[in-house]
Amino acid sequence: MTAVFNPGDAVQVRSGSPPGHIRTPFYVRGCKGVIERNAGEYRNPEELAFGRFDTPVVPLYRVRFQQNEVWADYNGNPKDTLEVEIFEFWLEPSTADKT
Amino acid sequence: MERDFTRRSHHDMGGLDAGHIKQVEHDYELWEKRVDAMMVLLTSKSPKLMSVDQLRKGIESLPPDAYEKMSYYERWIFSITQALQYNGLLTTEELSRKLEEVQSRYETEAE
Repeated sequence: MTAVFNPGDAVQVRSGSPPGHIRTPFYVRGCKGVIERNAGEYRNPEELAFGRFDTPVVPLYRVRFQQNEVWADYNGNPKDTLEVEIFEFWLEPSTADKT
Repeated sequence: MERDFTRRSHHDMGGLDAGHIKQVEHDYELWEKRVDAMMVLLTSKSPKLMSVDQLRKGIESLPPDAYEKMSYYERWIFSITQALQYNGLLTTEELSRKLEEVQSRYETEAE
C-alpha cells in the first residue's frame, strides 16, 4: 500500500467516535496538524482486535500538532508541539497553512 | 474547538485530570508472572492464538467501574480468557470444570 501523505503535508484527523477498537486518541480527533514523518506500514489494529490477523498493512504517520490546537486552555509556550502516531485512514488532507 | 467528551471511551483518558499518581515499586505475584508468560506464548506462536490488540480490546471493553477496580493483571486474565473463548481455543464449560477442580484442590489442601 502506497502512502498518500508526505512529510510537511497538512492533515486533519477525522473526528468520529464509532464503536470499535480505535487507536487514535480522543483528544486529537478533529485537530489539524502536519505530517512529521512516514512511520512505516502495519496491520490495522482496529481489525486485529477482532481476530482478523491477515488484513493488509496500512500506512502509519507521526503527526505534529500545535499544543494550543489540541488543548483549548493551553497556556504554555505557543510554539509547543505534540506528536502522535496515527494511521492513514484517520487522516484527511487539510487546507491549513503548513507549519 | 468544542468537543463532546461524552463520546470518549472510558480508557481513552489522555489529557484528563488524573490527580496525584502514586509511584511505588512492587514485586509481582507468581500468578501475575504466569499471566504475563501466558500472553507471550499465546502471541508468539505461528499462527498466533490471539493478538495483543485482542488483549487491549478486551480490557478496554470493561465497564468503567471494573476497569478502575481490577488490578493490571486481573484485567489481563479477564481479557485473555475472553479472547481464547472467542477464538475457539477454550469453551466456557472446560473453563468452568477446571476452575471447579482447582477450587476443590485448594479446599482439600486447606483442610
